[in-house]
Parts: sequence; structure tokens; C-alpha cells
Amino acid sequence: MAALVLLRYGEIALKGKNRRFFEQALLENVKTALKGLGARVVRLHGRFLIYGEEAEEDAIIRRLSRVFGVVSLSSVKTAPLELEAIKEKAVEMVGSGPLPGGSFKVEARRPNKSFPVTSPELNRILGGAILARHPGLKVDVENPSFCLFVEIGAKESYLYRDQVPGPGGLPVGASGQALLLLSGGIDSPVAGWMAMKRGLRLEAVHYHSYPFTGLRSREKVIDLCRLLAQYCGRLELHLVNVAGIQKEIQAHCPADLGIILLRRMMMRIAEALSRQRGLQALVTGESLGQVASQTLESMIAIENATSMLILRPLLGMDKQEIVALARKTGSYEISIRPYEDCCTLFLPRHPATRPRLERVIQAEEALDTRSLTESALESMESMAIED
Amino acid sequence: MAEIYLDNSATTRPFEEVIELQSRIQRENYGNPSSIHARGVAAEKLLDEARRSIAQLLQCREEEICFTSGGTEANNLALKGAAYRWRRRGNHIITTQIEHPSVLNCCRRLEEEGFTVTYLPVDEQGYVDLEQLERALRKETILVSIIHVNNEIGTIQPVEKIGALIKSRHPRALYHVDGVQSFAKIPTPVQRWQADLYSCSAHKIHGPKGAGALWVRKGVSLQPLFQGGDQEQGLRPGTENTPAIAAFGLAARLCAAQMAENAARLYHLKEKLCRELEEAGVEFYINGPPPAEAAPHVLNLSFPGIKAEVLLRLLEAREIYVSPGSACHSRRPDPSHVLTAIGLEEARLSGALRFSFSSFNDEEEMERVAEAIAAGIRELKALAGRRPGQ
Repeated sequence: MAALVLLRYGEIALKGKNRRFFEQALLENVKTALKGLGARVVRLHGRFLIYGEEAEEDAIIRRLSRVFGVVSLSSVKTAPLELEAIKEKAVEMVGSGPLPGGSFKVEARRPNKSFPVTSPELNRILGGAILARHPGLKVDVENPSFCLFVEIGAKESYLYRDQVPGPGGLPVGASGQALLLLSGGIDSPVAGWMAMKRGLRLEAVHYHSYPFTGLRSREKVIDLCRLLAQYCGRLELHLVNVAGIQKEIQAHCPADLGIILLRRMMMRIAEALSRQRGLQALVTGESLGQVASQTLESMIAIENATSMLILRPLLGMDKQEIVALARKTGSYEISIRPYEDCCTLFLPRHPATRPRLERVIQAEEALDTRSLTESALESMESMAIED
Repeated sequence: MAEIYLDNSATTRPFEEVIELQSRIQRENYGNPSSIHARGVAAEKLLDEARRSIAQLLQCREEEICFTSGGTEANNLALKGAAYRWRRRGNHIITTQIEHPSVLNCCRRLEEEGFTVTYLPVDEQGYVDLEQLERALRKETILVSIIHVNNEIGTIQPVEKIGALIKSRHPRALYHVDGVQSFAKIPTPVQRWQADLYSCSAHKIHGPKGAGALWVRKGVSLQPLFQGGDQEQGLRPGTENTPAIAAFGLAARLCAAQMAENAARLYHLKEKLCRELEEAGVEFYINGPPPAEAAPHVLNLSFPGIKAEVLLRLLEAREIYVSPGSACHSRRPDPSHVLTAIGLEEARLSGALRFSFSSFNDEEEMERVAEAIAAGIRELKALAGRRPGQ
């Protein structure tokens, strides 16, 4: 027997003129997510139906539950267009053996009007058949503990009950393309996840200071990208060495501005990279007031280095909320691996928390920002990371 | 520029002959030594030959060698096998504070199970004090486990004196020597030490990973760690890893043939590295015994004022591979239990690097390493000099 999975999408159906475009984007992403499983996707009105091997059903549902734009998924059983057969299947789907009490309802639809029994009649007949087999159950149309959906199609009828929630949001790619500034920490992968949820296709840039930071922290970033790729299929990662820039800053600029100046250089590099790659915005894991470089003054001083739009999906979130989301997406376990750079060599004892922009710009005059940006990009390493 | 591998206490590069033998056996001689047919007999012969090679180095009988998956399993079998077998005699175990984790963590587990463990302290060069050992021995003592060569600082324990002491005071206590870092590197006459158990591992002597052995003196009974067939006389059930074990035997023969020359050569390399560093004006301390007194292949140095892990990465960038003396993480400082036991203060702890040598290293490499260290320290000092408050 074949597996059949019903995929519902919500928000994108509301988008009026754009609807076709969004549906097409979702369809592409669904097909990418199902690659290798030998499944077939059929477009219904406002929903997709996926046909696959029965043994792959769990894998199909698991992969689709990570596709943004998917609202929910159900495993669907079919029955011929005969009342007796539908009744039998309905009873079978409620379960065999004694059930603990509880309530249910049947919700039938009849797009195929040539079927002789109407929806309200179907609800009543199937509900009765279920009650006859499971006298402990009750019908509750307001607040049932489970709901059995029945749909009378053109060639057969479909029955389903369990709904696996999808991640919601918009299909990745439907909102445009952006560059994620990905550190090895907890915040930036979550920021990336949220940006993808709103339909952005991402590339990621990671700044490291090899040999002052180790090769294992690089593996950690690759693993984070692999995790994000589960939600978008594929992700380009760019690794940029900023050790040289850090040395320059250390040698020529006031120590308390070191972090701000480095971040400004990171923005410049990200901007240049975005222009090369045709990306429209930057995404960061900044949240207001968390650390010295995330005060309003610091953010102003950092943002001033670029003319690009900077998206900060975590801005309004508390640390606990970010951690909860990191756990949900699976990035938390990767982010807390201990080998972050042990090198405190470049960290000033007392970083400026409220730097004045004029002072920052003046301090930066000691640096040749253009050639530093260029040489950082020249030694950049890029790789495609796939789910 | 070729790489310089100075992390031979962690693992060694296998000899070419070893790699060839191991793959040839996988291709041509894949039989199960327990099978009755010709293929099985051929495989069994490989095991016998390897057993002879190991036995020769230990100056013991072949049938006393029990092959394992490596040093960790050999140590587990020695400690747990002895403790579980003899718990009715007593529940006391003696070991040192500078054992390998495979011994220390076995002891911690045994403590959880009701055994009492004495962890002998060591002096500033890593040596056990015999008087303290004597005081620790009691009638409930069933096992004494001593690391022959320490993997971090190279201290060679006086295992013969220790054996004599144990057996004169308390002959029924079993005596285990963890020889993972000494096997095939320095002489190991286990009988003369009056030892009962001795662990060794293949991949520390240019053999493959996945093979090791425990020498169990004839007449010593241990409880197996797991149940299965009657391989290794029932002490270590499971189909033998014939290709790795045969390659282990070959590696042991190759090392044995060169042991004295090799040791002399490695002592010379250590000395050369220290001299080159001095000439380059690098400030450093030697942790553990003087180089000529420690095991030939281990040299632990502290560079004061330098974070070892950062220096390690600067060396790594030049394809020079060493180990930190103490793992250092920004969030989880985790000083080495060995360096802590010999009483190093913080500055020397965090600036410690372990260099461990093999016969693949040469003098010219020592020059390059000293040069790289000197350059790295200059770079780090220049950067640090810019930091306010320093």
C-alpha cells in the first residue's frame, strides 16, 4: 500500500495576486525536501497531496515538517466511493481494542456531489458506526479530543486524523535573499531560522581568526549550517579570516573601540560580499542590550559602516526565548559546544559600551578599510552545504 | 613544506609495512580464527605469530597475552576484571593521581560500587613515593595499578621497586602496570617487576588503531568484562580483529629491533629542541623529570605568559602538530590533572605544551620547530604588549 500525506498551507493562500507565485515557491521547496524519497506531489485546491512508499511515510512527514510555509500535515487513508467501505475505514482509523474515554467528531466534505450521501448525513452515519464499536466514546462537536476528517473525492474518498504541525511562515525564497552573519553562538542561528521562516533565502558568512581560533570552531559553524539547511535545502557558507584586521586594529586604534571597529569591518565585508552575490539585506543575531556591542549607541556606530538594510529578527526577544527557540530548532546543542575561541588576546579589558560615533569614525581613520575589506574577501573560502 | 608531527603520545603514524600487512590480510586472509577449515587455521596462525611478538617484548609466555581492542579496554579488563573477581578478598585498590583516564575513571566507577581507592600523590617530577605506597598497603588491598610511563610528562615509575615492595608486604595483591606509553619504547621485563598484569596498545607504536593487549600472568584469574565465545581463553570473547592484531605484532617486532637506537635518537632530539629554544632566546620550563631521565619520547614544556592553546594554533598554521599540556577553554578551564598533581602554578599550567616524538622525526625538524615557537611567541608578545593594563 502506498503512503498518502496531505499538506496544508495557510498564510500564503491569503496573499491575493501573489498566491500563484507563493504556491509555486512552496511546491519547489517541497519537491527539494522530498528528493531521494521517490515521492510524487499533486497540487489540489489550496493543498498538496504527496504520494510515496508506505515505508517512507515517517520520513516524508519529518522532512515536510521543516519546510516553511507548511501549516500542518496529515497521514491520509483512502477508501473506495462506497458507504460501507468508508464506514469500515472510519472505524479502523479510530483504533482497535478498548479506548480510554474521550470525545470525537467526524467532519465530512463532499466536493464530489455525485456521491449520494450528503456531508451532514455522512457525519451522522460515520459517527454512529464509531460509537457502535467504541461505546466509551462521546461525540463532541465543540471541543473533541480528536477529529476524523472525511473527504469524498472524484475517484475515491480520503480519511485522516492526526495533524502534525508544520513550521508555518512563508516558503524560503519567496521574500528575497539575504546574508546571515553567523557566529558559533546561540543567537545567530536562531536569527537565521527566523529570517528563513519569513521567506528569505540565506547565505551565511562566518568570521574567524585562524590560527588564533581553532579548526573545531569552524566545524561547529559548518554543523550549524547543516542544521539550517534542513529547513532550506541548501545554504552557501563563506568563511572569512579577520585575524589580520584584528591585528591592524590592535596596533593602530584605541583598545576600548576594538570590538566596534571589528564589527564595522565585518559589516563592510558583508556588504561587499552581498553585492557580489546579489543579496539584498543582512541578517544578524543582535538583540538589544545583551552585551557591550549591542547597546543602541554601539548598534548605531556599527550600522553606520554599511548602507545595507540590517534585519535583526531577535531584537525584541529575551535570552530565554532565544534559547527556547534554539532548542526547538536543534541549534542549541551545536552552539553550546565548548570550543569557542579561547583566545582572549584581542578582547579589551573594558570595551566601550556607549561609543560616540564621531570618536569611532576618527579612530577608524588609522585603518585602510578598503584594502582590508578587499584582502579579507580575497582569502575567503566558500562552500555549499546541503541537507 | 612537510608537516612535523610531534603528537606521538596521542597516536603515531603507522609504519608502511603495517598498513600493507593489514590491508593484505583483509584482502587475502579474512578467515575467522575460530573456524575449523583451512581459512580459519591460517587466521589463527596470524594471531599466534602476533602473540609471540608481543610476548617476546614482555619476556613472557605467549599464552599469557590476551588481545583487546586497545589500551583502554586492556586497562578496564585489568582493573574491573581483578576487582570483580577478588572483591571477596578485599575492597581496596591503590593507584596514582597521574594515571590515564581509562584507569582513573575505572577507579571512580569502582568507588561508586563500594570499593575504596587510594590515589597516591606524586612529587614535582611525577614520581610516586614508595613510603606512601607502603603506608597505603593494607590487608584489604587487592590491586595496585601504576602507570609505567606518564603520557603527559614522561615520568618513568620505578616499577621494579614498586613490585618488590608490594610482593614483600602483601603478596596476594595483584600488581597492574599500565604500559601503553612504555611498550616497545623502553625495556619491559614484566616478570622481573613481579607484575601480574600489563596493558599495551598498538597505535602508540606505529601500529593500527583498534588493537591492544593485556598480559595476564599465568595463574592470575580475572572476571571477563563481557560474555560470548571462548576466544582469548574466554577472557575476551568476540571474533578477534585479526588484521589489526597481526599488524600490531609486526609493529612490535619493528620497534623491538630498533628499541635502543630509537631511544638514543629521541633523547638526542629532545635535547636538540631544548638547545635550539635556548639559543633562540625563548623562555621555557621543563615540566616533569629532566629530559634524559624521562621516557625518550615525551617532553612537556611551559612557556610562561603564553596561552598554550594559542601557541599551538600558531604552530598548527605551520603544519607543526603538538598537544596542549592543559586543555583551555574560555568558558571551562580544565587544567591537566597530571600537571596539577606535580604542583604547577597557574602561569605554567596554562602555558604548557607537550611535544612527543617518534622515529619519523629528525634534527632538522627540531630547528624548524624552535624557530616557529620563537616566532610565535614574538608575535603573541607583540600583540599582548598592546593590551592596556599589561
